[in-house]
Amino acid sequence: MEFFDNHKKLFRTALGLFVGLTLIVAIRPAINNQNNNAPLPNYEPLSEQAYLGKKSFIANGCVACHTQQVRNVDMDKIWGNRPGIAADYAGITRTDFWRNTATLMGTERTGPDLTNIGARQPSMAWNLLHLYQPRAVVGKSIMPAYPWLFQIKNKVGKDEVEVVVPDAYRKGINGKIIASQEALNLVAYIQSLKQTQLPNGKAPMEFLYKKKESPTGKKGSTLNLPDGKLLYTNNCMSCHQANGEGLKGAFPPLKGSPIVLGDNLELYVNIIMLGYDPRPEYATMNAVGTDNNLTPEEVTAIINHERTSWGNNAKKVTTEEVKKIMDFIKITTKK
Amino acid sequence: MGTKNIFNEWGIIITLLLIALPIIVASILAIVKAKAIIKNYLEKKEQERFNNYVKDLTPIEVEKLEQRKRALEFALSNNELSGETTPIDNKGLIDNVSEVETLRFIEQKKKSQPRPYIEPELSKLIIWYLGCATFWLLFGTTVGEYLGIKFVAPDVDHYSWLSFGRLRPVHTNAVFWGWASLAMMGLAYYVIPRVSNVPIASIRTGYRSLILINVSVVLGSLFLMAGINNGGGEYREYIWPVMALFGIGVFISLRNFFKTIAKRTTKEIYVSNWYIISAMMFLLVIAVVAYWPSWQTGLGETVVQGYYMHQGVGMWFMLFNLGLMYYFLPQQLNKPIYSYSLGILAFWAQILFYTLIGTHHFIFSAIPWWLQTVAIVGSAGMIIPVVAGTTNFLMTFKGSWHKLSGSYTLPFYLIGIIFYFTGSLQGTAEAFRFTNLVWHFTDFTVAHSHLTMYGIICFMLWGFIYTIVPRLTGKEPPQITVGAHFWLALIGLLFYTFPLMYGSTLRGLMWMEGTKSFIESVELMAPYWLWRAIGGSLMWLSHILFAYNFYVMVKRKDKITVPTSPIDILKAKQEMDTQAQTN
Repeated sequence: MEFFDNHKKLFRTALGLFVGLTLIVAIRPAINNQNNNAPLPNYEPLSEQAYLGKKSFIANGCVACHTQQVRNVDMDKIWGNRPGIAADYAGITRTDFWRNTATLMGTERTGPDLTNIGARQPSMAWNLLHLYQPRAVVGKSIMPAYPWLFQIKNKVGKDEVEVVVPDAYRKGINGKIIASQEALNLVAYIQSLKQTQLPNGKAPMEFLYKKKESPTGKKGSTLNLPDGKLLYTNNCMSCHQANGEGLKGAFPPLKGSPIVLGDNLELYVNIIMLGYDPRPEYATMNAVGTDNNLTPEEVTAIINHERTSWGNNAKKVTTEEVKKIMDFIKITTKK
Repeated sequence: MGTKNIFNEWGIIITLLLIALPIIVASILAIVKAKAIIKNYLEKKEQERFNNYVKDLTPIEVEKLEQRKRALEFALSNNELSGETTPIDNKGLIDNVSEVETLRFIEQKKKSQPRPYIEPELSKLIIWYLGCATFWLLFGTTVGEYLGIKFVAPDVDHYSWLSFGRLRPVHTNAVFWGWASLAMMGLAYYVIPRVSNVPIASIRTGYRSLILINVSVVLGSLFLMAGINNGGGEYREYIWPVMALFGIGVFISLRNFFKTIAKRTTKEIYVSNWYIISAMMFLLVIAVVAYWPSWQTGLGETVVQGYYMHQGVGMWFMLFNLGLMYYFLPQQLNKPIYSYSLGILAFWAQILFYTLIGTHHFIFSAIPWWLQTVAIVGSAGMIIPVVAGTTNFLMTFKGSWHKLSGSYTLPFYLIGIIFYFTGSLQGTAEAFRFTNLVWHFTDFTVAHSHLTMYGIICFMLWGFIYTIVPRLTGKEPPQITVGAHFWLALIGLLFYTFPLMYGSTLRGLMWMEGTKSFIESVELMAPYWLWRAIGGSLMWLSHILFAYNFYVMVKRKDKITVPTSPIDILKAKQEMDTQAQTN
């Protein structure tokens, strides 16, 4: 056939077909997405510091293991309150002259998704220690350590942040371990990662592939409460550790703790919902319960797990008691 | 959903079948080889028994045997008709007589065939390409091996330049742009002038292109390790000035090839050239689309990323290698390709369907639902070119299977073709929505990309390199190290991918179940990551053998051989005479 023997016609046709399809499936949808989406009304752009932190997030290739996308499937529910939508990314523009836009959606979840990490784990002390040596807080973690983001000094200067590292991970370091500006920026970026609320009255997209509601709870469990151990693992363990002993100088133990074992349930629930910072020798605790939208059932399950584990042996509490306190907290904090 | 039996899902069933295929082929290959060795061994045994019998012969028996021998040997003198004149083979009918040697432990494979004359300058250029490619293979997989170790021992070092996130793209980009791309282009410098039946338009351009690409990979790797990257899209980690060097390198070679084809002396354009020229044109389109800033804000970046990462794999590496295969396979089997038109059908179908499938990396993401569906449909459409291509190659093999056991290059071809079928269709199965739930974000993707980029692309490239370098240099690699390279690479790949796929499936199901914490799914993977490191080590070892083989083919000084064939003797005499004249 003449067509097949003419190199100009043949290669032009192939190129034309490819470019045409490229326009349809890549360029046009990309331009459409770019033009027809805007950030949500209450979207907060990154602060100067968080922006610098994002740059080191990019430079260190964190996206190789951490996604930033909540898919509209049920299994992704733990990573955010709602599925991600195009508007979530609309505010992200080209990084600079040399570097492309970084939506950092990622394709691998070797480590957890970070879409909402600023709500799930905002603790500065935890994040710094975790960066310095992830295995100091999460024993089974395989994340790289980033000791080069920290300096060793003899004295902690003004405005400097010291990281309290357990002895097992200090290895021949005598001075104080101080977070560099880059480490602080990176943590500022991590803290800034929160899902933006949809404008009032707008229903979020549904999660697909919902699990069938199966009758939960083993026989005789207290009133069909959710799995307290799992909730503890997901919400509390990274600081208070699996053995409930915390980390010396950073996170207090729950094992044998007077608050956990005592009768002041109101204080206990308050700490879980709103955070706690009366003891200078430990890091500030953030509002874990509020940040993660824990329900009274979940809080009860966590409390009961903590009161009966690691040798702790206190009376279990009921959902009703916890719910009453939580309702009161809601009223007082709303103002 | 969680309680549902996953073995009822089509995506899973297809994948399991596909996983089984290469194992079956490898087992058959192993059985064939083992049979040959056993046969050899048994013959040797028989020989020993015979020797003992001979030792014990009595003189009477010997006398009887001799008598019988004389009787049997009675024959006419055979020159009753011809007389005493010397026979002359005027037409050179008797040639290539091979003599039986002693029993061999390693089966002697066929030597590479002498081929038509290739200009020494072009040979040199091709060898430079392949040599650089070999270097990048060693470099890139050494990095990869180290990354595999980091999964098992995350605290093995604490240098920022060697941290996981920075090294990972160094590995992927070095093997993509350094190893596979340079090897493909080097081979194209051989194929295009052959099938166009003219010399290459410009050898100098070939060197320019080689230098540009090498500089691009060197700079890119250094930048990545220093923390300078483009922003996290996979395989798009080099910043634009670095990628531009690569693009220019491909562009000038493309023009060079195009000019060569334009002045071809054959009427038709052989199908290899379709694939190769298209792959190079498409790569440039892909790179421009990926790096042009006008459509990259917000999700635009993600749409482009999905397009880019998959077109890079399918339109550059796969298309290019298919083109090379259409030249080398018929060559090695010494017969024409089974169906030229199937090759053409596969070509157009590949363009039509492959272009659509990029977004299947972002299924269930915030990308428009219709685009995700198009990607899934396109992935299913890929069955057409893949089946057409595989059928074509296997039917070309048909009737020549016996050549497989006697060749050290063909096993590479066959494994490449088998993985082309299974790896590509596995991609289709992975694109379904359900399988995406289980496998997306897990190491299954990593296993898949190694099954394809390694199982298909690397095996094919090795086959091609072992085919042409002996033709260019006249030196054969040691067959034992080629065999070791083949088996280590294949077994290593299986050790690497299978545990990883199994573990990832468990991990994905655990995520779907939702009753365990995330860190437990990390713990779950530990043994499978260890297996991956072990498989990776075997693969890495095989690359060292490959580099050694390449070195032998290119550099080793010839043993002094005394010419025996009339042609060689005459050549030697001629050389001696000309030397005497010039002195």
